[in-house]
Amino acid sequence: MQMETAIEVNGLITYYGKREVLKNLSFSIPQSMTTVIVGGSGCGKTTLLKHLIALLKPAKGTINIHGKDITKMNETTLIEFKKKMGVLFQGAALLNSMTLADNVALPLREHTQLKQPIIDIIVRMKLDLVGLTGFDTYYPAQLSGGMKKRAGIARAMAMDPEFLFFDEPSAGLDPVTAAGLDELIIKLHKAFKLTLVVVTHELPSIFKIADYVIMLDAGTIIFIGTIEELKASTSPKVKMFLQRQAEEEPYRPEDYFKIISGS
Amino acid sequence: MPLRVENFFGLIGRRTLSFLNNVHDVACLVNDVFYWTLISPMRGKQIRFRAVITEIVRTGYNAVPIVAVISFFVGVILALQAAYQLRKFGALIYVADLVGVSITRELGPIITAIIVAGRSGSAFAAEIGSMKAAEEVDALDTMGINPVRFLVVPKLIALMLMQPALTAIFDLIGMLGGFLLAITLLEIYPYSYYAQTVNALLIKDVMTGLVKAWAFGVVITLVGAYHGFKVSAGAEEVGMRTTASVVSAIFLVIFFDFFFTTLFYYFL
Repeated sequence: MQMETAIEVNGLITYYGKREVLKNLSFSIPQSMTTVIVGGSGCGKTTLLKHLIALLKPAKGTINIHGKDITKMNETTLIEFKKKMGVLFQGAALLNSMTLADNVALPLREHTQLKQPIIDIIVRMKLDLVGLTGFDTYYPAQLSGGMKKRAGIARAMAMDPEFLFFDEPSAGLDPVTAAGLDELIIKLHKAFKLTLVVVTHELPSIFKIADYVIMLDAGTIIFIGTIEELKASTSPKVKMFLQRQAEEEPYRPEDYFKIISGS
Repeated sequence: MPLRVENFFGLIGRRTLSFLNNVHDVACLVNDVFYWTLISPMRGKQIRFRAVITEIVRTGYNAVPIVAVISFFVGVILALQAAYQLRKFGALIYVADLVGVSITRELGPIITAIIVAGRSGSAFAAEIGSMKAAEEVDALDTMGINPVRFLVVPKLIALMLMQPALTAIFDLIGMLGGFLLAITLLEIYPYSYYAQTVNALLIKDVMTGLVKAWAFGVVITLVGAYHGFKVSAGAEEVGMRTTASVVSAIFLVIFFDFFFTTLFYYFL
C-alpha cells in the first residue's frame, strides 16, 4: 500500500527542564488515514502531540506539514496553518463562559467574514454531525463528559480542517460512551477523508480506529507500522502493551532498600 | 565550608536566573499586549468591541456602588481628621482645601486602584488562570486565536477607560462627603465651603490624579494577566496566583504612585 505523507517529523528532541522527554524521534504520518500514537503514561505522547499542533517548540528537529516546517513559521503563517487543523483536548477545553453554539462559532467569527445567519447554519450542521442537535444554547458545565467531547469535536470541525488531532478522546469515559466516540471518529474519517492523529492508550480504541500506529516508550519509538503489522509484531515491549502485562519488578531487594533509605 | 559557599553562590545563581526568567516573561507579555492593542488594529485585525463592553460593565459599572460608598466615607473621615487639627488654629474653612486637594491628587486614584485591584485584578488572574488550567488557553491558541488578543486586550481597554472614570466618581463623591460633614457637624456655610474648594483646586490636581489612575489601570490588568498565564495546572495554583496578583498589583500601584508623584512634583 503506497502512502502519501502528510506530516514528517525529523530528529525531534525536547526537554522538560533537564529531563529529555522526546529522544530524537523521526517518523511520518500518512495522509487521509487515522494514525494512533500509543504508549504508557508518561512516555511523551501528549508532549509529542503538543509539538505537532505547534503549542510547544522542540529543542531540536523539524516538523514538516505538507513540506513546510512549522517550527520555523512566523505568527501569521502559523495562524494560516492552525486554521486548517482542529484539536480535541483531553478535557474538551470548551470555553465555559460561552454556549455551545458560541463555542463552535468562535473560530468562524474570528477567521471569516461570514454573516450571522450563515454562521448559525454552519453551527447547527456541526452540532448535528456530532449528534448534539438542539443543544446549541447549553453551557459546557451543563453537559456530560461524553457530550463535552462531542462538542469539542464540533468546534474542531468548524473550519472544515484537513487535520484533526485528538488527545485521549476516551479518557475518563465509560466504555459505551467511549465506543460511541470511536464510532464518531470513524464516521468523520470516512465522510471527510481527514488526516486524523489520535493519542490514546485504550486498546479497544486502537484496534477499532487505527490504520497506522506509532508506539512510544520512554520518549523513543518502539514500533511504527500499520495495524496488521502491530498485531503481528513480535517485539516483547509491544506484546506486553497489547496483552496488558505489567512491567516486571525492576528492583532487586538491595536496590529497593537503597531507594527507601535515600542513599 | 566550601560546600556552604557553593550552596550560597548556587542560591544566588538560581534566584537570579528565575528572576531574569520572570523579567523575560513580563517583557514578553507587555510586548504582546501592546502589539495587539495598538499595532494590530491598524493592520486590520479588529478589537473585540463586544468583549470590551462586557468588561466595561464588569470592571467599571458594577464597581460604582462600592467606590461610591467608600469614597463618601473617606471624604467624611478626611474632613473630620482635618477639622481635629485645624480647629486648634481656628482655620476650619481650610478643611475644604485639604479634602479637595488630597482626594483628587492622591487618595482618589490610590484607593480606587486598590478597590479595582481587589475586585477586577484578582478576577482577571482567576479567570485566565482557570482557563489555563482547563487547557482553554491552549485551545484558543490551536484555533489560531491569540490568547492575549482574545482575553487581555478587552480587559486592558476597559480598565484604561474605567479606572479614570471610577477615580473621577471617587473624587466627586469624596468631596461631597467632606462637604456634607463640613456643613453639618462643622457648621461651615455651604457656599463658602464650595468657593474655598473651587479656589483651592487646580485643573492640574485633577488631571495628574486621572493620569495616575490610567496608569494604575494598565498596571492592574497586566499584573492580573501575568499571574493568570503563569498558572500551569490545578485549582490550588489558581488560588495562589489570584492572591499573588492582588498583592503585587497593590505593591506596584504604590510604586508607580511614588514614581508619578515625584515626576509631577518636579515637572509640573
